[in-house]
Amino acid sequence: MQVFHRSTNTLSRVSVFGAVFFLGLLLWLFDALNRSPYTTLQGVARVQPVQFSHKHHVGAMGIDCRYCHTTVERAAYANIPPTKTCMNCHSQIWNQSPELEPVRDSWRTDRSIDWVKVYDLPDYVYFNHSIHVSKGVGCETCHGRVDRMPLISQHPTLQMSWCLDCHRNTERYLRPADQVFTMGYVPAGDQEEIGRQLQRDYRIRPVFELTDCSTCHR
Amino acid sequence: MGDRLELLRGREYWRSLEELGGAEDLEHLDREFQVPIDSGVNRRELLTLMGASIALAGLTGCTRQPTERIYPYVKPPEEVVPGEPLYYATAQVHGGYARGIVAESYEGRPIKIEGNALHPASLGGTDVFAQGFLLNLYDPDRSQTLTERGEIRPWSAFLASMRLALEKERPSRGAGLRFLTTSVSSPTLAAQMASILQAFPEARWVAWEPAGRDNVYEGARLAFGEAAEPCYAFDRADVILSLEADFLGVGPAQPRAVRDFASRRRGENSNRLYVVESTPSLTGARADHRRPLTPVEIEALARAVAAAVGAVPARAAADPFADAVAKDLLAHRGSGLVVAGESQPPIVHALAHVINQSLGNVGTTVAYIDPVLAGPPNQSAALAELASDMRAGRVSTLAILGGNPVFTAPADLRFAEAMEKVPLRLHLSLYDDETSRLCHWQIPEAHGLEAWSDARAFDGTATILQPLILPLYGGKSGHEFLAAFSDQPEKTGHDLVHEHWKGRLPGGDFEAAWRRALHDGVVLGTAFPPKTVAPRSLPPAAPARESAETLTALFRPDPTVWDGAYANNGWLQELPKPLTKLTWDNAALISPSTSERLGVSTEDVVELFLEGRKVTAPVWVMPGQADGCVTLHFGYGRTRGGRIANGKGFDAYALRSGAGLWSRAGLETRKTGSHYPLVTTQHQNRMEGRGLVRAVTAEQYRSDPGIVQRMGEHPPGPADTLYPKLPTGSYAWGLSIDLSACVGCNACVVACQSENNSPVVGKHEVSRGRAMPWIRIDRYYSGELENPDTLFQPVTCMHCENAPCETVCPVAATVHSAEGLNQMVYNRCVGTRYCSNNCPYKVRRFNFFLYADFKSDLWKMVRNPEVTVRSRGVMEKCTYCVQRINRARITAERENRPIRDGEIVTACQQACPARAIVFGNLDDPGSLVAKARAEKRQYGLLAELGTRPRTTYLASISNPNPALRAAATPERGA
Amino acid sequence: MTDGTTRETASGRVGPPSGTILAPGYTFTTITDKLASIALSRRTPKAWFFGAAVGFVLTMTLLAAITWLLFRGIGIWGVNQPVGWGFEIVNFVWWIGIGHAGTLISAILLLLRQPWRNSINRFAEAMTIFAVACAAIYPTFHTGRPWLDYWLIPYPNTMGMWPNFRSPLIWDVFAVSTYATVSLLFWFVGMIPDLATLRDRAQKMWAKVVYGMLAMGWRGSARHWQRYETASLLLAGLATPLVVSVHTVVSFDFAAGIVPGWHATIFPPYFVAGAIYAGFAMVLTLAIPLRKMYSLGDFITAKHLDNMAKILLATGLIVGYGYVVEAFMAFYSGNPFERYMIWNRIGGPYRHMYWALLFCNLLTPQLLWFRRARRSTATLFVVAMIVNVGMWLERYVIVVVSLSRDFVPSSWGLYRATIFDWATFIGSIGLFLALMFLFLRLLPMISIFEMRQILPEAKVAEEEA
Repeated sequence: MQVFHRSTNTLSRVSVFGAVFFLGLLLWLFDALNRSPYTTLQGVARVQPVQFSHKHHVGAMGIDCRYCHTTVERAAYANIPPTKTCMNCHSQIWNQSPELEPVRDSWRTDRSIDWVKVYDLPDYVYFNHSIHVSKGVGCETCHGRVDRMPLISQHPTLQMSWCLDCHRNTERYLRPADQVFTMGYVPAGDQEEIGRQLQRDYRIRPVFELTDCSTCHR
Repeated sequence: MGDRLELLRGREYWRSLEELGGAEDLEHLDREFQVPIDSGVNRRELLTLMGASIALAGLTGCTRQPTERIYPYVKPPEEVVPGEPLYYATAQVHGGYARGIVAESYEGRPIKIEGNALHPASLGGTDVFAQGFLLNLYDPDRSQTLTERGEIRPWSAFLASMRLALEKERPSRGAGLRFLTTSVSSPTLAAQMASILQAFPEARWVAWEPAGRDNVYEGARLAFGEAAEPCYAFDRADVILSLEADFLGVGPAQPRAVRDFASRRRGENSNRLYVVESTPSLTGARADHRRPLTPVEIEALARAVAAAVGAVPARAAADPFADAVAKDLLAHRGSGLVVAGESQPPIVHALAHVINQSLGNVGTTVAYIDPVLAGPPNQSAALAELASDMRAGRVSTLAILGGNPVFTAPADLRFAEAMEKVPLRLHLSLYDDETSRLCHWQIPEAHGLEAWSDARAFDGTATILQPLILPLYGGKSGHEFLAAFSDQPEKTGHDLVHEHWKGRLPGGDFEAAWRRALHDGVVLGTAFPPKTVAPRSLPPAAPARESAETLTALFRPDPTVWDGAYANNGWLQELPKPLTKLTWDNAALISPSTSERLGVSTEDVVELFLEGRKVTAPVWVMPGQADGCVTLHFGYGRTRGGRIANGKGFDAYALRSGAGLWSRAGLETRKTGSHYPLVTTQHQNRMEGRGLVRAVTAEQYRSDPGIVQRMGEHPPGPADTLYPKLPTGSYAWGLSIDLSACVGCNACVVACQSENNSPVVGKHEVSRGRAMPWIRIDRYYSGELENPDTLFQPVTCMHCENAPCETVCPVAATVHSAEGLNQMVYNRCVGTRYCSNNCPYKVRRFNFFLYADFKSDLWKMVRNPEVTVRSRGVMEKCTYCVQRINRARITAERENRPIRDGEIVTACQQACPARAIVFGNLDDPGSLVAKARAEKRQYGLLAELGTRPRTTYLASISNPNPALRAAATPERGA
Repeated sequence: MTDGTTRETASGRVGPPSGTILAPGYTFTTITDKLASIALSRRTPKAWFFGAAVGFVLTMTLLAAITWLLFRGIGIWGVNQPVGWGFEIVNFVWWIGIGHAGTLISAILLLLRQPWRNSINRFAEAMTIFAVACAAIYPTFHTGRPWLDYWLIPYPNTMGMWPNFRSPLIWDVFAVSTYATVSLLFWFVGMIPDLATLRDRAQKMWAKVVYGMLAMGWRGSARHWQRYETASLLLAGLATPLVVSVHTVVSFDFAAGIVPGWHATIFPPYFVAGAIYAGFAMVLTLAIPLRKMYSLGDFITAKHLDNMAKILLATGLIVGYGYVVEAFMAFYSGNPFERYMIWNRIGGPYRHMYWALLFCNLLTPQLLWFRRARRSTATLFVVAMIVNVGMWLERYVIVVVSLSRDFVPSSWGLYRATIFDWATFIGSIGLFLALMFLFLRLLPMISIFEMRQILPEAKVAEEEA
């Protein structure tokens, strides 16, 4: 007596060969998820206590990055501005606007404004702003067109391969020292060419040094 | 037992107990089946939960960063740059004396202690206590609330009740008022005390330091008729005789002494050191000629030498050793030096003084100044008087500033019992300790990094101590406490110190001078001027107090927890004692032959009886110990010292009497038959004939400089490798360690732990071979074990150019950097431990559990933010302080210049008081490290394996006296 | 009915005359009946229930131990500085070694046309697979962060990193996984005809379905047989080099290190021989009781045992040679560390281990020179058992003893296994037993059709199968 219907033959064949593709699909899904904004939070705007708009302050009013991020040229951290920096202007203008209440409150109560960290590297990564800025890596290169962001969101994936892409091909990203803080910089000519020249000017270390683990991990 | 002792002889002897004989090897079942987690530190129970959660988080593969928040300043404090350290000069007060330190602080958190190069007692170096000092600041077990009879009270309430108490004292002009402090050199405190004693003429100030300097001062009084403080210049001495003076191990100026001594021990023309001592010390370990002698014999020898140099009328019998030493001293008039240790009776000090006088060493190698300690002289006598006063009910108010007298006072005073008779007892202390328990008022003391104060160094130089952080637990400084007894009790510590120094600082503008003093960490021109002293004739030798059959008990402060003040300090508890390599315990040290006589061996528990008092202690057979002497380190056996301190070791104070503070004959022992596991980090004490530590005599080296190279196999050349040559970067980092200079003091070990966030793992984990130091100091013995040569070797990661660990790591978590660093990437490590197996130096450390504390905020505060805190299951090891390299490089590159030699200082190098460690760029021929490499005595550890280590050593060169050649060191090194 | 009687006669006999590999008096049917019935109709012997129970209990222990391991970290084991590898690697190598005999018997003896293999190859292969499964547990969980083990696999990742292909552990990943896959395929493919037989003879519906699916529509047509022969021949050809490669690569884990006692060129051949040695010892340890339990004296004859005993003796001698060379080279090299290593084995704190190892692996097998010993199942069993222990000790001596005292005396230290080390070890044995007993119960433990091929009729009656 026959247990199996004829079709099972086909079924078994399909399953035998299909298994391979099925596994492949699973792996691909996993990898895709791993690179997706769900994991990296790339391009995800965060809710902040104050709806601070870089678009307005940088884009419209053209305030220099360093007005608020004062230590970017001399320290590892680019320094989230203290409440005082905000109050410099906002004690005069918009000093009644409800959006700025948290700022004024912080000023009154001497309690910090509680920002959500957007560019959050793992604790075992030691990034230093000052050296990148002084070696001609533009703010825009990592932070994107901040002057067009009403709310700040993470521009790159911040995954290691992204860091390495630059550390392996600095010539593609370097800018002249005076262009570091400009938004929407366009290289005057072939970037690769300029980049190679700048590598010499900045005395950029060779790739095998820039990609040493201890450059970022300690 | 006899045959067991046969085993103990020769090479077998050196096996640690479990390696001894056959039986022990396989009967581990008892240890095997206990839960292999350190139950000592219960914190870990909680941490495992985190271990699991990390595991789960990891399992998902793609982990999202948890949302972090930023809290910027509201009004930014000037000069604070987030993430950039600031450095403040202050001082650590140790035994009353100041040692200059520079504290590194991140956003108001002190995270590292360095020596202050401007301070005479430090010259940039530190000892283990200065490093451990930092951890005590954050200790969660510190006394945290001001209490009266257990009730929490505000500071104001304390002041109020003091006002009442003082009113009661006034009529009797303070007859019932007693102040008990530790040794004090603080000018401000002394002044405060003076003014109080003016207001209350009948009141008394008593000072008690368990490891005090009474003998030194009394010795001077005996020799000169007046108290004086001897200051030694070891850098000027060609020949030094130490009468159990452990100036390299302890003492008011230990870092300075080591620096000066080591500065004369590089290369072939080094100084010569004779040491006679009852128990092995770091100084003895560096001696060219060392003799283990009982206290009585030491005095006899001192007299013999004194007679031989003609300082005293010859009476003593001739002794070849004494004669040789005397000849050497005579041959070096004015450049010789005789030093007596704190543990020696006044007469020995006096003898040392007269010898130095008659040899004309005074003014060159030794100078005398007024006593630096402000407190009343002869502490033990004063303390005894206090005890009797209390017992007689003559004391109505006892104010205790710091210290822990109930625990540390001589046992025969029965201090606690006497104290109970005092109606009002106050205690200002860092911990709610044994003394606090018996006091009505417990006032949390401000830690040295939390308070304003001042103190003097060994030479009188004053330092103004500035706080780096507000008191974590609202503690008060001694000054503020004393102010409560003055007419202006509300004064802050800052005002008190500030006012005291008004008009006392050099220069017209006081505020400028004040700021300068704070900046430098020293007050210029406050060193005491040398004073001239005239020796008097000395009393004849007292009859010997020792007999062959009874033993002599020696009481010494513990090398790592000191007098008990550091007993709750995890770093120092886990720090191996420099000579025994014991951790987490003290033991009764006895010489091999004495152990034979008593029929006991290491880890046997014995009962010790002295003058009717008893303690139970485990035995440690100590090579080089004087026969018949039992060394007991006090500071252990705490009952209210904190979670770490309590129940560790035994309390040697219980045997210590006022009459025998340092040594006492008449000790008797009884075997109990039980065993106590002592945990050491080094089981094997011989080098098995391997040329690991290479030591030669100056004579050998002079006649044949190549000898050091021939003490090991010839290493293969750079070309002898199958692996492709790595690209060479802009720098080639290398480290050189001078074994001639190294005294094995351990400062580098604690400094490294502090700098690199190394965890404390607890006794049980150490016993399982899981201690986590990145730099360890190997200690080997050679020669006969009654009086062996002791050899030290600090071992860091060698950063091999052909690193065996790198080839075997499956995930490339440890790889070579272009600049020659052997990089360890924690976040890439999966923990196969293959690298550690394949490391011939065994310098890699593995996080078998979640050792690092990710929970308690206080421990988070002590961490160096520049260094990753390692999690469970990853390998770690010495990085050459890569965070310091990177900081220097970034600064240099921002300024478009190369890194200068000496710009990068590793933590171990910075702490090293001997300047034995040099770090730098090997490619730069001008660099110190390159120069060190060029020396003939330079060699690589196990270089014959072809690892091409970047850490290399300079062979140790001793300078024995040819006249004593017969007795001199036999097979050194190999 | 005839079946019944023949079965009587077949198993009634004490044992077949020596020299034969199958008792006379069997026909295609009787063989099929007898072997298929073990899985289908015949009553499960009490011994089975007992054995299976033990196996499952111990498996649970293993699970408990591993759960705790993940929870607390590998600190619960005895590993330390300097002994970074303990039981886990010892057991890994031990199991992998055991996992050799199966494929060797099947593949190599198949290529060598050794018909006597037919009765033992099936469960030998099963043993291989289960042993490899047990072995795989250890490298997987012995890492500090097992949840990151996948970093050992080269795949395009967000870190822009590759594993370190210079590391023997990476070679291990490939070697072991390949070996496991091929062995599994070989075993399964080899079983298909028998699964079909079971399918056809099964009474219960679920059995029909399950066996049916596994049989993958085998109808025993000439085309099937022709395909089958090529497939198994190909797999055999594939498996043969693997037998050699796996343990060679495993030996590299040590040979590639610089630790005295590891860094030896003799290791690859010495390990492979040791593996076969251990493998056959385990086959014997299993075959002898099975023979009793299912009264298979007719199929696993004295001839089989004798052959295996001879192989045991031969490989044992090679292993012994390995020991001698190890010691000789240590002295001949003039390398002080190597010399000390040998002295340490002979007289160090672990000397007991070393001497016990010599007794087990060098002395005991010498018994097998004697025919009487080879013919007595009891002696054989004991010898095999001792060899199993000996091979474990060998790995212990290599891994632990070498590490406990290497170059710098200050860092020497002892290794003590904890209760969790033991639990994991015994647990893995439990897992092995559990799988083995399941296999015995549910699948044909002796290849039915290959047994039939042994019959003289087979030469002419191929198509009847």
